[in-house]
Amino acid sequence: MTVTTTGDLPDEVHDVAIVGAGVVGTAIARELARYRLRIALVEASDDVGNGTSKANTAILHTGFDATPGTLEARLVREGYQRLIAYAAETGIPLEPLGALLVAWDGEQLAALPALAEKAARNGYDETSVLDADAVYAREPHLGPGALGALEVPGESIICPWTTTLAYATQAVRAGVDLHLNCPAGAITTGGDHHEIATPRGVLRTRHLVNAAGLYSDEINRRLGHEEFTVTPRRGQLIVFDKFARGLVDRILLPVPTALGKGVLVAPTVYGNVMLGPTAEDLDDKTATGSSADGLASLREKGERILPELLAEEVTAVYAGLRAATEHGDYQIHADPGRRYVAVGGIRSTGLTASMAIAAHVVELLTDCGLDPGPEREIEPVRMPTIGEAFPRPYQRADLIAADPAYGTVVCHCERVTRGEIRDALTATVPPASLDGIRRRTRALGGRCQGFFCGAEVRAQFEAATAAQDRTAQDRTEARR
Amino acid sequence: MTPTTDRTHRTVDVLVIGAGPAGLAVAARLAAAGVDRVEVLDREQHAGGVPRHCHHTGFGLRDLRRVMTGPDYARHHIAAAIRAGAVLRTGVTATGWAAPRTVDITGPTGLERITATAVVLATGARERPRSARLVPGTRPAGVLTTGQLQQAVHLHHQSVGRRAVIVGAERVSHSAVDTLRRAGAEVVAMVTDQPRHQTHPACHLGTLLRHGIPLVTDATVAELTGRGRLESVRLRHRDGRTAAVACDTMVFTGDWIPDHELARSAGIALDPGTRGPAADADFRTAAPGVFAVGNLLHPVETADIAALDGRFAAAPVLRHLTGVPWTPGALPVRVEAPLLWVWPNRIAPGGPPPPRGRFTLRTTRFLTRPVLTVVQDGHTLHRGRLPRTAVPNRPFHLPAGWLAGAAAHGGPVHITVD
Ligand SMILES: Cc1cc2nc3c(=O)[nH]c(=O)nc-3n(C[C@H](O)[C@H](O)[C@H](O)COP(=O)(O)OP(=O)(O)OC[C@H]3O[C@@H](n4cnc5c(N)ncnc54)[C@H](O)[C@@H]3O)c2cc1C
Ligand SMILES: Cc1cc2nc3c(=O)[nH]c(=O)nc-3n(C[C@H](O)[C@H](O)[C@H](O)COP(=O)(O)OP(=O)(O)OC[C@H]3O[C@@H](n4cnc5c(N)ncnc54)[C@H](O)[C@@H]3O)c2cc1C
Repeated sequence: MTVTTTGDLPDEVHDVAIVGAGVVGTAIARELARYRLRIALVEASDDVGNGTSKANTAILHTGFDATPGTLEARLVREGYQRLIAYAAETGIPLEPLGALLVAWDGEQLAALPALAEKAARNGYDETSVLDADAVYAREPHLGPGALGALEVPGESIICPWTTTLAYATQAVRAGVDLHLNCPAGAITTGGDHHEIATPRGVLRTRHLVNAAGLYSDEINRRLGHEEFTVTPRRGQLIVFDKFARGLVDRILLPVPTALGKGVLVAPTVYGNVMLGPTAEDLDDKTATGSSADGLASLREKGERILPELLAEEVTAVYAGLRAATEHGDYQIHADPGRRYVAVGGIRSTGLTASMAIAAHVVELLTDCGLDPGPEREIEPVRMPTIGEAFPRPYQRADLIAADPAYGTVVCHCERVTRGEIRDALTATVPPASLDGIRRRTRALGGRCQGFFCGAEVRAQFEAATAAQDRTAQDRTEARR
Repeated sequence: MTPTTDRTHRTVDVLVIGAGPAGLAVAARLAAAGVDRVEVLDREQHAGGVPRHCHHTGFGLRDLRRVMTGPDYARHHIAAAIRAGAVLRTGVTATGWAAPRTVDITGPTGLERITATAVVLATGARERPRSARLVPGTRPAGVLTTGQLQQAVHLHHQSVGRRAVIVGAERVSHSAVDTLRRAGAEVVAMVTDQPRHQTHPACHLGTLLRHGIPLVTDATVAELTGRGRLESVRLRHRDGRTAAVACDTMVFTGDWIPDHELARSAGIALDPGTRGPAADADFRTAAPGVFAVGNLLHPVETADIAALDGRFAAAPVLRHLTGVPWTPGALPVRVEAPLLWVWPNRIAPGGPPPPRGRFTLRTTRFLTRPVLTVVQDGHTLHRGRLPRTAVPNRPFHLPAGWLAGAAAHGGPVHITVD
């Protein structure tokens, strides 16, 4: 079990190296871990899932509205099935709420039957068109003026953080080396292996998978490929307080029309309600800030969809960047000559499709000459329950009886206990920052944003980090 | 492990939720009055509420007639409650309701369900964080509220940044200045959307002269920048000009919201102005047997006022315990802009007057000797000029003499300024 954050990379030739530990890269690592291979997963940032994978709308899509016949349509459909099964096995929070595509004008209403047909062409037959009365019967807090809706019962909400973390945890426990703080630089491709320069030394690997998200085009160019260019498309989101959760039972999706995409309103698995995203084409791949205009436009659209939502407190505002390209489909390409697979352009469905993308990439790797050998069983993982659909530790007499730390609430807004924070700090893939703790436990993610527990959580984090530093030091001294 | 959710059940006479000044004061009075089982719960590891982490002096003037530091003040109220015979439990959280006066509790000893004849909510108030204020920009570290800052510095001795900007120029903002300076940070600016600061002139001059901190008025925070750590903030003046200020720390002060989660989850109506539970002069909410005291009701007054609430609430709680029927004031008192809130915000004409015979109000703008009008159904109950300027983020008061003239079965009472 290895996760490194500093120091020299191991001096060996790996079978496969994956660049980028987002939801896609970690899924690929996990899929490959099912074979006896030497695998390295290298990530530029200090945590897994710290790019686009941490900032999306967290919907597990059926793929009903994908463009039929595309690779994306197939992988979303397959990924949806796989992730539902995996979530049940690992405890990733997932709630099958269903979605309504609400039509607010004649044009949108007229578009619904065609959307139902498209869904059918995508192999999804469960949609139905509802009239206005049926829509309001399902969602009584909806703003006035809804004319009808397309119901898509399979659309679900999921925890994006736990998903990435589950993949990474399982991969690392099955022997994958995860190297954080390790940006891949120049790549030299020889007849037998690639040499990837990093600030922590050279990484050698026979096969290379590029899962660098927004930067996948740049890595692709380093291997002499120019199939696509990534243009970041920013999506800003507003998360409302838990008191808003009673206002909405389903995912409320916009009806896509020629005039563009609207915004959605969706419950989260943590019991909040989110509003967004915007869609802004930018050229800065680091522009993950929110803007006054973006937030104002979201509020204006949200007011129409769910007027009472706007009266609730805002818990969080964030923005994510979709890795859009000039193409209408995923950019997954294999270059057998260079033993290389590019996984780019995973724009707005990558969370859903992640497991199917991973399976597809393993097939492409074998086309590139990788001999994975026989499959083996890998240890299942069980992730902490951070969703609201099942009893959380603070609600569990059995856990508290076994360990009182689960009865000591530290983060009051999100009801996160000392035991959960401790567990996260000592987990297989531990957090490197307070944000990392938040994504693992929800601590600091609530309405007060640290007013009550910020200092306390920081104290626990710093104590754990100091303890780890001490053990590392002791180990170094022992070796001497 | 199969999840189990079994709870032990108990009953008490009075369950007080929140061991800040307000909760401790009501518990002390009730226990001293001979109520058998008065239990006070607090979710923090230590009782005392917010004063625990306010290390400056100035606490206690109105309730104890002397001043002391926040921690001393907290200790005083804790000792008084215990001495009187109240049971004080810390590290236990009230998580919700099983029935109208039955509360679910989580603590290290397990799950409990406590039924009380009277429940007193004393859960306090907090400052709105950056996200709730919709301040755009990146999400760097170094952005906090005064509550978090004080705990970081005074309770945990953590480092804060070197150059700080403070949002707000009210009383609590000056506490933030003190705390930052004690932690070795330089305060490079205080920013307020108001045309002037909102503290007592002596306090503000003290800060300005002692520390030479520039006050930027009529300005809001337009954007935060920085990855990892805060690097700078862009301020926007009312006239549209913007300016960037380099800083690694930003403290959002004030902009209060009651911690009303328990009240709301009981279905208790909130007052649109305070956002705390609507309550009458006897601290009664609309839910039978459920009282509310302290800054949960009026975000925010000083700690001594919160403690006085507790003291005043003891008599109505005692009356409830003796079986007097629950007939809370049901007539709403509402304010109109630029006023922000009024407390009490429910009245019973002919019922009890508010504590100290006056209503407490807040304004969102400076109002120079404003004329306040109290109207019910088009009928003027009171009209009078305030003797001084009403200052945002500071209390001002309206005498309650007009109360007797309000019609019990009339419409809501409105308070306006002209
Ligand atoms: C606003 C928004 C809403 C969305 N909503 C949904 C949704 O509801 N459902 C859904 O399924 N999908 C959704 N998506 C899409 C989904 O989030 C993405 O498709 C998915 O996260 C992409 O994962 P990834 O691993 O490819 O990219 P990333 O998460 O960006 O991971 C790439 C990683 O590569 C690392 N990296 C980059 N360069 C290097 C280098 N040189 N060396 C080492 N590491 C490097 C980065 O640090 C990063 O961690 C949404 C996206 C956005 C922006
Ligand atoms: C940062 C800050 C600085 C301040 N500075 C000053 C000052 O200098 N001077 C001054 O006079 N006043 C000051 N005030 C105001 C003053 O501290 C408060 O008025 C006073 O503490 C309010 O008392 P309270 O009892 O209403 O609430 P609090 O003191 O806030 O106490 C509420 C208590 O309820 C507990 N609680 C909440 N929910 C639950 C639950 N579900 N279960 C169990 N327990 C719960 C909390 O842990 C807390 O201890 C300040 C306030 C703040 C926030």
